[in-house]
Amino acid sequence: MPEATFLDATELVINMGPQHPSTHGVLRVILKLDGEKVNGTECVIGYLHRGVEKIGENRTYQQFAPYVDRMDYVASVSNGLGYCLAVEKLLNIEAPPRAQAVRVILTELNRIASHLLWLGTHALDIGAITPVFYCLREREEVLKIFENYCGARLTTHAFRIGGLQYETYDGFEEEVKKFCDWFIPKVDEYEELLTNNRIWMGRLKGVGVLSAEECKEYGVTGPVLRAAGVQWDLRKAQPYSGYEQYEFDIPTGENGDTYDRYTVRMEEMRQATRIVRQAVDRIPSGPIMGKVPKVVKPPVGEVYVAIEAPKGELGYFIVSDNSTQPYRMRVRPPSFVNLQALDCMVRGGLVADVVAIIGTLDIVLGEVDR
Amino acid sequence: MADEQKPEGSPAPPPSGGEAASPMGKPATPAPKPAVPKPAAAAHAAPPKPPAVMLTTPWESDITELLKEHFGGDITEFSTYLGQSFLVAKPDAVIAILDTLKLDLDFDYLVDVTAVDYPKRADRFDLVYILYSFARNERIRVKTVIPDGYTPATAVTVHLTANWLEREVFDMFGIQFAGHPDMRRILLPEEWQGYPLRKDYGILQQDDGWVRENLGIESGQ
Repeated sequence: MPEATFLDATELVINMGPQHPSTHGVLRVILKLDGEKVNGTECVIGYLHRGVEKIGENRTYQQFAPYVDRMDYVASVSNGLGYCLAVEKLLNIEAPPRAQAVRVILTELNRIASHLLWLGTHALDIGAITPVFYCLREREEVLKIFENYCGARLTTHAFRIGGLQYETYDGFEEEVKKFCDWFIPKVDEYEELLTNNRIWMGRLKGVGVLSAEECKEYGVTGPVLRAAGVQWDLRKAQPYSGYEQYEFDIPTGENGDTYDRYTVRMEEMRQATRIVRQAVDRIPSGPIMGKVPKVVKPPVGEVYVAIEAPKGELGYFIVSDNSTQPYRMRVRPPSFVNLQALDCMVRGGLVADVVAIIGTLDIVLGEVDR
Repeated sequence: MADEQKPEGSPAPPPSGGEAASPMGKPATPAPKPAVPKPAAAAHAAPPKPPAVMLTTPWESDITELLKEHFGGDITEFSTYLGQSFLVAKPDAVIAILDTLKLDLDFDYLVDVTAVDYPKRADRFDLVYILYSFARNERIRVKTVIPDGYTPATAVTVHLTANWLEREVFDMFGIQFAGHPDMRRILLPEEWQGYPLRKDYGILQQDDGWVRENLGIESGQ
């Protein structure tokens, strides 16, 4: 247990969490306060540690696939995509084009679902109660598509090493298209509620500024990095799963504050819809499963494969010793690395902004603690 | 939106046609396939056994040239595997190499620090630093081999993000980093005994004393 020390008489140390509604899970933050001002923080994490990496080293490659869904459980499809791509790279194979297109559709829908949950809870933290009902209503439709596709809503295990297990269901394309048409006006609706709202702007603008240099120094990726003005997205920088075929923009911010991170994520939902529309219009026909041996035994070697998950760069570093189980399974979680920048962001700010900043980092404790 | 799931899955579309229209998506790197030796024609059913070493190819670029010039014998290997490049350096030189890579070659983003445990080896751990350069859009790995009990210098002096990443390596492998500002466990409780990601730590193993004392139960299993 970290020791709480009183550095001088005016400093007050208070504890926030691990059971606190706006830490989005079991995160404990020790705040050192001087009146309303935050002098420093310390994060205590690990409450949700399940030893995912150890489990990965004691399961076969296929057996481990469902476990990765339990890390970032609001974006389980992204986790699965990264894992499958990493093992495929280790085997030096590729999923067939049809599987890749379906993967892109489901992953982008999952990005929308993840951002919607972020928006709803972030707004709730700040005091806007209404958006969370709208956001969960729209997210529900994405989850219904997942449920129709693979039977699960949250921890989907949608992909398999080498492709997909399930063919798309009848009416999949129509349902996805219908969702896209229906969803974009909803984003406008949220923006109408929030973007020019004076209270919203007052609570977000200039709060929790993280510059581009600081982002790189702390290894922060995803929307937080883009809000600082760095136009970097792994889907463009190092395309995987056929992302180079789709047209989309990388939204960026200017000031790197909480408001910019909000606008970046809002635009990302629109861009994700744009990608889904393109992908669903031209799903190639063909097989959905590549040539994968029944027993996955990659040759001796190591790879690091990363994807652009909704929270940032999600990487898998896998070492194979030519057995059926990975010798080393390392997950590079975006939430864990991004959370490290929390102290830099809240230092010198007001205690009321701490919840806004935790919300804007969009962390999932399942992924922080693994 | 209507729930219009049909009970029978849609039939697989015919495999012919349409495929050529969409080229396979693939990152730019031309991954060289490790040459698994093919058996002579009509050999028996047994597939060839992949060799027990990583089939790497040498890595040469402006990066390797500059590093060779700066560090000479301190870097023992430049290799590429499946299009991913890495170098192996002597443990003492790693921080200087990270610094040079950051300042002279734009590798300004430390993606990850992790370790791999080989208990049977004399030098037990591989320490792996994954780096990325925004300017070059390139990813490399810096690896070093250290024995148990060796305290590598911290990378926090070069990249701030190494702080938590190294704490996690310490937590899971028991590798202490010299000069680290806050060398404590990060995911496990402070008093926990043992380092779970070492290979001699069993999958069901736990710190029974800690569990009994703090949770009041005999076993968390």
